[in-house]
Amino acid sequence: MAVEHVAQSAVTAPALKPTAKVGAGAASTAPVSTRRRRSPGRIVGKIVLWMLLLAFTCAFLYPLVWLLSASLKPRDEVFDNALIPATFSPQNYAEVWGQLPLLSWMGISIVIAVLAAGFVAISSSIVAFGFAYFRFPGRGVLFAFVLATMMLPTAVTMVPQYLIWRSLDLVGTWVPLFGANLFGSAFYIFLQRQFFLGLPRELFEAARIDGASYWGLFRRIAMPLSIPSFIIVFLFEFQASWNNFQGSLIYLNGGSPSGFTVPLGISYAMTVFSPTNGGHGDYQYVMVASLLVTIPMLILFAFGQRFFVQGVATQGRKG
Amino acid sequence: MSRAESLHAAAPAARRRTGRARRQSTSAQQPPGNRRSSLRRKEAIAGYLFISPWIIGFLVFTAGSMIYSLVISFTNYNLATGTTTPIGAANYAQLFQDPKIAQSLGNTLYYAVLAVPLEVIVALGLALILNKVGRGSGFFRTVFYLPKMTPVVATASVFLLLLNGNTGAINEFLGFFGIQGPQWLVDPRWVIPSIVIMTLWGVSGTMVIFLAALNNVPHDLYEVASLDGAGPVRQFFRITVPMISGAIFFNVIVLTIAAFQVFDQAYLLFWRDQTSASPSSSLFYAVYLFQQAFRQFDFGFASAMAWLLFLIIMAITLIQVKVGNRFVYYESEH
Repeated sequence: MAVEHVAQSAVTAPALKPTAKVGAGAASTAPVSTRRRRSPGRIVGKIVLWMLLLAFTCAFLYPLVWLLSASLKPRDEVFDNALIPATFSPQNYAEVWGQLPLLSWMGISIVIAVLAAGFVAISSSIVAFGFAYFRFPGRGVLFAFVLATMMLPTAVTMVPQYLIWRSLDLVGTWVPLFGANLFGSAFYIFLQRQFFLGLPRELFEAARIDGASYWGLFRRIAMPLSIPSFIIVFLFEFQASWNNFQGSLIYLNGGSPSGFTVPLGISYAMTVFSPTNGGHGDYQYVMVASLLVTIPMLILFAFGQRFFVQGVATQGRKG
Repeated sequence: MSRAESLHAAAPAARRRTGRARRQSTSAQQPPGNRRSSLRRKEAIAGYLFISPWIIGFLVFTAGSMIYSLVISFTNYNLATGTTTPIGAANYAQLFQDPKIAQSLGNTLYYAVLAVPLEVIVALGLALILNKVGRGSGFFRTVFYLPKMTPVVATASVFLLLLNGNTGAINEFLGFFGIQGPQWLVDPRWVIPSIVIMTLWGVSGTMVIFLAALNNVPHDLYEVASLDGAGPVRQFFRITVPMISGAIFFNVIVLTIAAFQVFDQAYLLFWRDQTSASPSSSLFYAVYLFQQAFRQFDFGFASAMAWLLFLIIMAITLIQVKVGNRFVYYESEH
C-alpha cells in the first residue's frame, strides 16, 4: 500500500514540478510568501484551525472521559455530569465482578475473537495467494464474485446460516460465531491479495526452480513476507468479533447470562441495571463493565494503531 | 490492476509462443510441449485448491444461503416442526400490507439521508483539519480514532445517559447557550437524530480514508493554484474535491449500504428490553427484520424482508454509481 503511494507520486510529480518551478521563478515568490505567512489572515486562520481541532478533540474525548468518571462514582451520583466525581468510589471496580459474570464474558469473547481472527487471517491468506499467484481459468470472474459479496447485506444470509448451524445442532455453542471464518472473508482476501501482488514474482520463480512445492511457496515465502497484512486482518477481525452483538444475540441469547459474550453481556447488564423499567438502578456497574470491556480494544489499538489506520485506508482503494 | 500485470508479465509471453504450433510439430519437441501444458494444468489445479476454502464458503454460506433464503421467502416456514408450506408470494404481499414495513423503511431512509451526508462532511472536515495541521496530527488522529475502538455496547450504554433528556450532559451543554434540549430518546422526532449523533462520534474510519486520499493530492497543484490567485475556498472546490472524488464516492456508497443495515445502536437503545415500549420512530428496518426472524421465528416473512432490503440497496447503489461516474475523477489507470 505504502509502495503504491510512492509509485503514484513518483509518476505524477515530475510532470508537475517543472511548471511549478517556472511559475515560481517568473513571479519571484519569495517576498510574496513571507508576506503571506505574516499576514493577519494567516494567523487568524491558524487560530481558527487550532480552535476547531480543540473543540473536536473535546467532543470526541468527552464521552470516554465521562465514562471513566461515571465508573468511579457511587450509585446516586452516576447521573450527575461532573467530570471529577464528588465522591470517589473505586470499590465499584472490586464489586463489579460479584455483580456481573464479567470475567466469564471476557474470557468467552477472547477465545471466540482469537479463533475468529486466527481462522479468517489464515484462510483469507491462502485464498488470496491463490488469486494472486496462480493462473487458472475463471480467475477474474471468481475474484469479481469475491468483491461482489462485500456488497451483500448480511440480512439476506442471516436466516439460512442460522438454519445451517441449527441443522448441525450448533446453535447455543460458540461455533457459529467463528465457524464461517474458516472459509475466508471478502475484504480480507482483497487486502491480502493486494499485498501478495506487491511481491516480485521472480522470488517465487526462483524458489520453484529450487524445487519448492506450491504450498512451500506460500508457507515459506508468501506467508512470512505478508506478516503486516496478516496482522491487519487479525486486528480487524478481533475487533469485529469483540463487537459482534447481533451474532451473539442470535446464537447465544437462549443460554444463561454466564455464557454470554461481551456485547451480549453488557446489553444484558444495561437491562438488569436499568434505572427505569424496574431495574436495580446500580448503573455504575454498567459503566465499570463498559469501561473494562473497552480496555482490551485500547490495548489492541496502542499496539497496532498503524495497522488499523493502514487497513482502513486500504478500504478506500477498492473503488 | 497494474500490479497484477507486473506480477504476471514475465511468464505468459513466453508461454503463449509454445502453443499449438510447437506441440503439433516434431516428435522431438513433444515432451517439452507436454510438460508445459501439464505444468499449466498443475498450476491451475493448485490455484483452485488454494481458493477452495473460499469456493466452499461461497457455495454454502453465500450462494447456497441466498438461494435457500429465496426459497424460504415463498414459504411459510415453521421452525417448531421444521416443515415448510409453499404459500407463493404471500410473504411479499404481506410486505405491502404490514404498516410496520413502510414505517421502518421510512425511518431507515430518513436515517440514511441524515447520517450519510453528515458523516461525509464531518469526516472530510476532520481530515482537512488534520491534513492542515501536518506535524503533530498523529496525536489528534489517535484521539479521533478512539471512538471507533470503543465497543458499540459501551458507546450505547454511555450515550443512553448522555442523551437523557433531563439529566444528560448534552442537554446540560445546550443549556449553557440557553437552549432547551429535546427529550432525545423519548420524543419520536429526536430518536433518529440521536442515533445519528452516536454514528457521528464513530466517524473516524471514514476520516482515515479521506486522510489517505488527501495525502495523495500532489502538493504542487495547490502551489500553482495559489500563484494563479485561487483562494482556499476555490482551491478546495477546484483541486481538493475533484482529486479526492474517488474517496468521496467510495465513502458515500459504503456508508449508505451500512446506513440501511443499522441495527446495533437502535436495538441496544430501544429494543433490547422486550418488555418496554419504544417510540415507533426507532423501529429500523434491520431491527424489525431481526424481530420477525428471531423473536417471531417467521423465517418466510423475514426472508422476504431481506430480499426487499437487498433490492433497495442494489437499486440505490446502482443509481449512485451511475451518478457518481459522471463526477468522479479517476487518475489515469483507475
